[in-house]
Amino acid sequence: MAECLHCGSPVPDDSSGGDLFCCRGCRAAHALVQGMGLDAYYRRRCLDPEARVLRPDEEEARIDFSRHARDGGDGSATLHLMVEGLHCAACVWLIESVLARSPDVVRARVNMTTHRLTLTWRGPPARAADMVVPVLAIGYRLVPYDPERLRSEGAKRERELLRAMAVAGFAAGNVMLFSVSVWAGDASGMMDSTRALMHWVSALVVLPAIAYAGRPFFRSALIALAARRANMDVPISLAVLLTAAMSLAETARGGPHVYFESAIMLLFFLLLGRYLESRARGRARASAERLLNLSATAVTVLDDDGARRFLRPEDLRVGMTVLAAAGDRIAADGTVTAGHGDVDTGLISGETVPETVTAGSRVFAGTHNLTGPLTLTVTATGDDTLLAGIVRLMEAAEQGRARHVALADRVARWYAPVVHGLALATFLGWWLGGGLDWQAALLIAVAVLIITCPCALALAVPVVQVIASGRLLRQGILLKSPTALERLVTADLVVFDKTGTLTDGRPRPLDLDRLTPGDRLLAASLAGASRHPLARAVARAVPDAGVAEGVAEVAGRGLRLATPEGDVRLGARDWCGDPHAPPAEGPELWLDRPGRSPRRLRFADRPRPDAGEVADRLRTRGLALAVLSGDRASVVRSVADRLGIADWRAAQTPADKVARLAALAAEGRRPLMVGDGLNDAPALAAAHVSLSPSSAADVSQTAADVVFQGDRLAPVAEVLEVARRADALVKQNFALAFLYNACTIPLAVAGHVTPLIAAVAMSASSVVVILNALRLGRRRAGS
Amino acid sequence: MDVIIYLIPAALGLGLLGLVAFLWALKSGQFEDLDGAANRILFDDEEPRKPDD
Repeated sequence: MAECLHCGSPVPDDSSGGDLFCCRGCRAAHALVQGMGLDAYYRRRCLDPEARVLRPDEEEARIDFSRHARDGGDGSATLHLMVEGLHCAACVWLIESVLARSPDVVRARVNMTTHRLTLTWRGPPARAADMVVPVLAIGYRLVPYDPERLRSEGAKRERELLRAMAVAGFAAGNVMLFSVSVWAGDASGMMDSTRALMHWVSALVVLPAIAYAGRPFFRSALIALAARRANMDVPISLAVLLTAAMSLAETARGGPHVYFESAIMLLFFLLLGRYLESRARGRARASAERLLNLSATAVTVLDDDGARRFLRPEDLRVGMTVLAAAGDRIAADGTVTAGHGDVDTGLISGETVPETVTAGSRVFAGTHNLTGPLTLTVTATGDDTLLAGIVRLMEAAEQGRARHVALADRVARWYAPVVHGLALATFLGWWLGGGLDWQAALLIAVAVLIITCPCALALAVPVVQVIASGRLLRQGILLKSPTALERLVTADLVVFDKTGTLTDGRPRPLDLDRLTPGDRLLAASLAGASRHPLARAVARAVPDAGVAEGVAEVAGRGLRLATPEGDVRLGARDWCGDPHAPPAEGPELWLDRPGRSPRRLRFADRPRPDAGEVADRLRTRGLALAVLSGDRASVVRSVADRLGIADWRAAQTPADKVARLAALAAEGRRPLMVGDGLNDAPALAAAHVSLSPSSAADVSQTAADVVFQGDRLAPVAEVLEVARRADALVKQNFALAFLYNACTIPLAVAGHVTPLIAAVAMSASSVVVILNALRLGRRRAGS
Repeated sequence: MDVIIYLIPAALGLGLLGLVAFLWALKSGQFEDLDGAANRILFDDEEPRKPDD
């Protein structure tokens, strides 16, 4: 069977688009692209099997785009859209090129990272629909969104940090120009008036920069103080402000020592640490946002008068009639009123074999309609759906999770009182005991504050985190939680889900070998015509079988092929199988040929290729292993036995899993949960730390601390290895920071620290910490 | 030494120029879509011209 020239899916025999296309829409789309001279697109693109198939919607249903367009005020209008069906960079090029052909389009820009399109045109907002028609005709689906609502708080904060860092970096670099002159001038005999000029210019550069770049710290410190707590930002703000104030007083007095460069450098290094910390999570956040967008797809609603329109899932109401085409996700809980098909309920149950539904069956939001079109009456939407119920269970588990306090915060708790006590003792000691006047004593006390600045401390953790997450990212592992690495180190028990985690979640046929070669080819040639997971498995197992001509898919039943001898059928037991055969352990298909008794094909889910090896690696590291699965006992036992895992539990509901993890935690264990299904999400949130494969349900990925890509389980061992090394480096960094303080604090207390020593010591300690952290990225462990 | 009267403002001005350029780039979204920018360069050569250009 040929592949459609436009969308790449198989061309059915009775295609409305002729021999080369799977449907009329694809033929028209191909003609449109070629007509514009953009057919280079087909050579350049690479289809992403995860993305939506590039096929125009046959049913003409329209979103009211003009309602979402904004009038720019100068005769132009702008529309923000999310693009579904973006496969690769060639799609970006195609969409932008197609839109640019329209003479009125001023600007069309697709953001490939976020899958968003910004379109500006000359004319009123009412022309929105005309503008996007060519993109829809090619087969992309466009959903308008409100840019204000999607702009996340985190992204805004990160930009503020970056701006503050730019300003602090500029000021630190330039003020050094004057500071170095002053230090050199001390040696070569600079006139006092020149030195005063340098000091004043430094103040001019640094004071506004501190006022601007210090805001993130001042704000956080004020909030902490208002709540009568102390965080790391309190000593930071105090040190910066005191240093700046003291330096200004010295400048006005014409004194020799000012610490402007120390104050601004302190801010710069701290901002660097903050920015890196926020950056380390940025990627994971961007992926999470994209998942969020994809769930915001449009739903086709059938009105009472027969008209179709697209609505956003949140606009659905109970009692509405909704159409779910084959391949669509179901947007709300409902009852099937018409249609017949297979629904993949993997998201809810964690199982791979789809459920057959007919009129009267209940279906749930988030499940995937595989074969036939369904018409549903909505019975629950939004927060009332089963999906939302599981999400609530997950959120409850997340709140109940023992609050893990990050290492840096624990250090900060005793850091502030110790440092402030030391500075105060220095001041009182010199003033009352040492016989200095109070200004001189205050100068020395402020020098102590500067020297003990938490630069190296503040950099110790984030730099290691950024490098660890960068290294993991290259291997397809996303660290989502900032404290995931710290918690991974302390995990002592690894709990796996079975389907989709230990196994790859794809059923494989077990007894194809027992069929005659002829039957095997026949079964595979029927199976090739279907998208049902069991049929796909058969077709994959016999790659040299073609696809039979004239196969008809009976939704919810199976496949039928008319031959001269009679019908050949491949499908469910009650349709073409032997109803008296003993029940199978796993899923099954029956092959029924005319005049012969039906043959059974059984299926089983195989462990991931490296599951055994990873289980051994984890055991040698001293971790206990366990399995918690929603599947039947016999299936779970066979997988657990094969991997040598003695501690397994079958038939666990999401609540059972959470209860089991809570029991483990009560015993003092720290379980690391690895799971993928929505049924695992509450357990993922409840575990000490959790991992999820990228094939997992969106909600599970949201709940997990770490998400990994690929078919292999090795990332579980890899992430533990990196966590262990990162932990060692963080501890070394803390040791370096304390060593530095141990050397410099006595000097400062004794009053021997000049601005030059402070600047050198401070930057040296920060650079040493950064260099030490870089070792994590350079040496590759375990490979 | 009088020359520093000119040199200091000149140095600060140049530094400020760089800072303003960076803040402008940040504000105008130059860092918004790094994935897209990396791939876009491969297609630019055949960017079709608008008929009225």
